[in-house]
Amino acid sequence: MTEKQAKKKKIPRQPMSERAPEVRKLNFDEVPLGYSAGTAMAEAQRCLQCKKPSCVTGCPVQVDIPGFVRQIADGDYSGAIQTIWTRNSLPAICGRVCPQEIQCEGECILGKKDEPLAIGNLERFAADYAMEHGGGELPEKAAPTGKKVAIVGSGPSGLTVAGDLLLKGHDVTLLEAFHKTGGVLVYGIPEFRLPKDIVASEVAALEKLGLRIEVNRVVGRTVSLDELFEEGYDAIYIGVGAGLPRFLNIAGENFIGVFSANEYLTRANLMKAYLFPKYDTPIIKGKNVAVIGAGNVAMDSARTAMRLGAERVRIVYRRSREEMPARAAEIHHAEEEGIEFHLLTNPIRFIGDENGRLAKMECQQMELGEPDESGRRRPVPIEGSEFIMDCDLAVVAVGAGANPLLTASDPEIKLNSRGYIAADPKTGKTTKKGVWAGGDIVTGQATVILAMGAGRTAADSIHDYLTIGW
Amino acid sequence: MFKIVGRESMAGDTVILNEIEAPRIASKAKPGQFVILKANETGERIPLTISDLDANKGTITVIYMVVGKSTALFKTLGVGDAYQDVIGPLGKPTDIEKVGRVVCVGGGTGIAVLFPITRGFKETGNEVISIIGARTKDLLILEDKMRSVSDELHVCTDDGSYGRKGFVTEVLKEVLEKNKADLAVAIGPVPMMKFVSKMTYDYNVKTLVSLNPIMIDGTGMCGCCRVSAGGETKFACVDGPEFDGHKVDYDNLMDRLRAYEQQEKQAYDEFCESEAL
Ligand SMILES: Cc1cc2nc3c(=O)[nH]c(=O)nc-3n(C[C@H](O)[C@H](O)[C@H](O)COP(=O)(O)OP(=O)(O)OC[C@H]3O[C@@H](n4cnc5c(N)ncnc54)[C@H](O)[C@@H]3O)c2cc1C
Ligand SMILES: Cc1cc2nc3c(=O)[nH]c(=O)nc-3n(C[C@H](O)[C@H](O)[C@H](O)COP(=O)(O)OP(=O)(O)OC[C@H]3O[C@@H](n4cnc5c(N)ncnc54)[C@H](O)[C@@H]3O)c2cc1C
Ligand code: SF4
Ligand code: SF4
Ligand code: FES
Repeated sequence: MTEKQAKKKKIPRQPMSERAPEVRKLNFDEVPLGYSAGTAMAEAQRCLQCKKPSCVTGCPVQVDIPGFVRQIADGDYSGAIQTIWTRNSLPAICGRVCPQEIQCEGECILGKKDEPLAIGNLERFAADYAMEHGGGELPEKAAPTGKKVAIVGSGPSGLTVAGDLLLKGHDVTLLEAFHKTGGVLVYGIPEFRLPKDIVASEVAALEKLGLRIEVNRVVGRTVSLDELFEEGYDAIYIGVGAGLPRFLNIAGENFIGVFSANEYLTRANLMKAYLFPKYDTPIIKGKNVAVIGAGNVAMDSARTAMRLGAERVRIVYRRSREEMPARAAEIHHAEEEGIEFHLLTNPIRFIGDENGRLAKMECQQMELGEPDESGRRRPVPIEGSEFIMDCDLAVVAVGAGANPLLTASDPEIKLNSRGYIAADPKTGKTTKKGVWAGGDIVTGQATVILAMGAGRTAADSIHDYLTIGW
Repeated sequence: MFKIVGRESMAGDTVILNEIEAPRIASKAKPGQFVILKANETGERIPLTISDLDANKGTITVIYMVVGKSTALFKTLGVGDAYQDVIGPLGKPTDIEKVGRVVCVGGGTGIAVLFPITRGFKETGNEVISIIGARTKDLLILEDKMRSVSDELHVCTDDGSYGRKGFVTEVLKEVLEKNKADLAVAIGPVPMMKFVSKMTYDYNVKTLVSLNPIMIDGTGMCGCCRVSAGGETKFACVDGPEFDGHKVDYDNLMDRLRAYEQQEKQAYDEFCESEAL
């Protein structure tokens, strides 16, 4: 055993092959190419199979990591996906987009001395393998209960609730405002990071389980919650995401060429503006692009701008490198693709030309002061450090707020002080009987896996309600 | 799929009316609200006002002017064809109350948007004076329908080919000189709304305008439709589409409507070529 362990230690963390930066920055193909079976097996063998696996505590849905990793090491790939599926119904997505370095991999014991196990890569491998080889077996469904559930919003949170409740035998309908399902997974996260085929195939699997989908249904406008109850639904889950763009509230923000990240990415991804004029929706292709913010949304916007042909793309962020909230892999990929980082820099004004188009942006240099409520050091402006940069396209990616469209339509749904739905964290119950909520509309913009975790909690509680009572 | 059950060509085939099967929308929509339509898989999401509806038949009517690629594509759809997606009703309904005397001013295809609102005010017991205008006689739409819901109807054309010669603002001035109005509603091209609002400001008449910025989702998610009103940024799809005409920054709206001028032209030219139009 000790000898075997010693041997294992010698295997270095297996890198995943990727498209070269100079090629990929000109197209929308997925960047990391996945593991081969051989590489996956070699990586899986690095796992120490800890008795008390700390990695699992780092995963918000407690995937049995040593369990599925051992199965990959043994070549039992279909066993591996079954193991993952018991906790996580969207592994092809999570393997690609979870911030592993602060979740599962952040807690992996191997990371203390060496590099942590590539848990995300292995999860992605198991999921992709299952998809390529017939999808694995569909889980068994419980006998029909005759209860009807409406799920509002088709992001990761709603999809998770749908999957769980279908398996428990309920009759589930998904209502989506857009003409396509997937939430941020289709309108926000770009193709080069999460191919839309993958999202579509996860949704198709749910349809095979009996999910009914109604797109173009804006709950709060086209139908109210009470009308859904009148239509015969016994319970409703709200997973509508954050969905309100935040702007900087500085001068010149309405010039042509200043976008919210939501608009810019929705045009590019959902409406496929990168294929204009084959697709009808246009987008502005900047030469000198500035993206304000440094989270995943900012990286996605910057890399999209690069792929649309920008000459220069800059991330403009008012804090320092340590505070950048994006996944490590995205920052790394962005840098490889030639995106510049202007840190400790804050925009103070947009400047337009005579046609109302953005031409320049005035910024101010910042320095780090005392820590603020979030524990991060507060950026404070340096007097006299103002400067002007050329920029014909600016994408504001400084976070999202709570979209009030649905919540304002029903006074029984109580909100917290920030406008998000007040839901019981243990059950997901809202203040309206028969209605649950979870994901970004409760927590504010967070992560895919947290939205899914909230969905799972709510699904359990909805099931109890439908079989026992409120 | 949303089937087209009725189609009319108007204004010399530059404006098209579609009656569309959409029972859920027809049962809910109120004057002032709009829908977003997408013709097919590769299509754009295009906002159009609900000009009329028949809740019993489960249909809504939209009237659109052919101005670019997407509306040209819509024009190729006939009775029996279908839109892939129709989303709505979106936007806030018009605040229709009994206020007394209402002056409704419409220009071009704006008259299609104005009609259900005018009818709403009439049905609520207001005295309605309407003024409608177009560039030339052939482009004037919905004259009969507007007449049927107005106590008084004035018609004008820019070139004098029909009705009074001149702009709607000239007639409006006379109307306001003669009558004390309690509310004005102005819907049409942005410059028209701008000048009507200027005039009603001078006469101290509260004025509603319906704005048409470029949109995508129509649910307040993207911020594409933002307009500046009273120095504040508002999202037309959820805070509007109607605004206090005296507060709107029309110049910014006109600029923003030109955001994709060059791409729109490219798309339209390529479409005309491929369709041999
Ligand atoms: C660009 C971008 C990149 C991101 N990158 C990552 C990443 O790398 N890793 C990560 O973990 N997280 C990432 N996130 C965050 C993550 O995507 C979200 O936390 C997650 O998608 C939230 O899921 P949700 O189900 O709560 O809502 P959403 O995914 O937002 O889905 C909500 C759905 O509800 C629909 N809806 C809204 N209102 C209504 C209504 N009234 N009626 C009907 N339907 C409605 C919306 O159209 C949408 O489809 C990213 C987010 C963005 C925007
Ligand atoms: C709430 C609302 C209600 C409207 N109601 C009507 C109506 O009842 N009848 C009617 O004829 N028109 C109406 N419009 C305008 C109509 O949406 C545009 O004329 C249409 O989108 C033009 O598309 P296109 O591809 O044919 O033309 P393009 O060549 O793309 O553009 C021509 C013009 O339309 C504007 N435009 C382009 N795309 C959009 C978009 N996605 N959303 C809004 N404007 C756009 C452009 O700024 C440009 O000025 C309405 C707009 C809004 C916002
Ligand atoms: S779901 Fe995310 S956090 Fe959990 S094991 Fe998978 S990649 Fe890690
Ligand atoms: S902590 Fe790391 S080494 Fe231990 S079981 Fe988890 S993945 Fe394997
Ligand atoms: S159209 Fe997106 S916010 Fe109004």
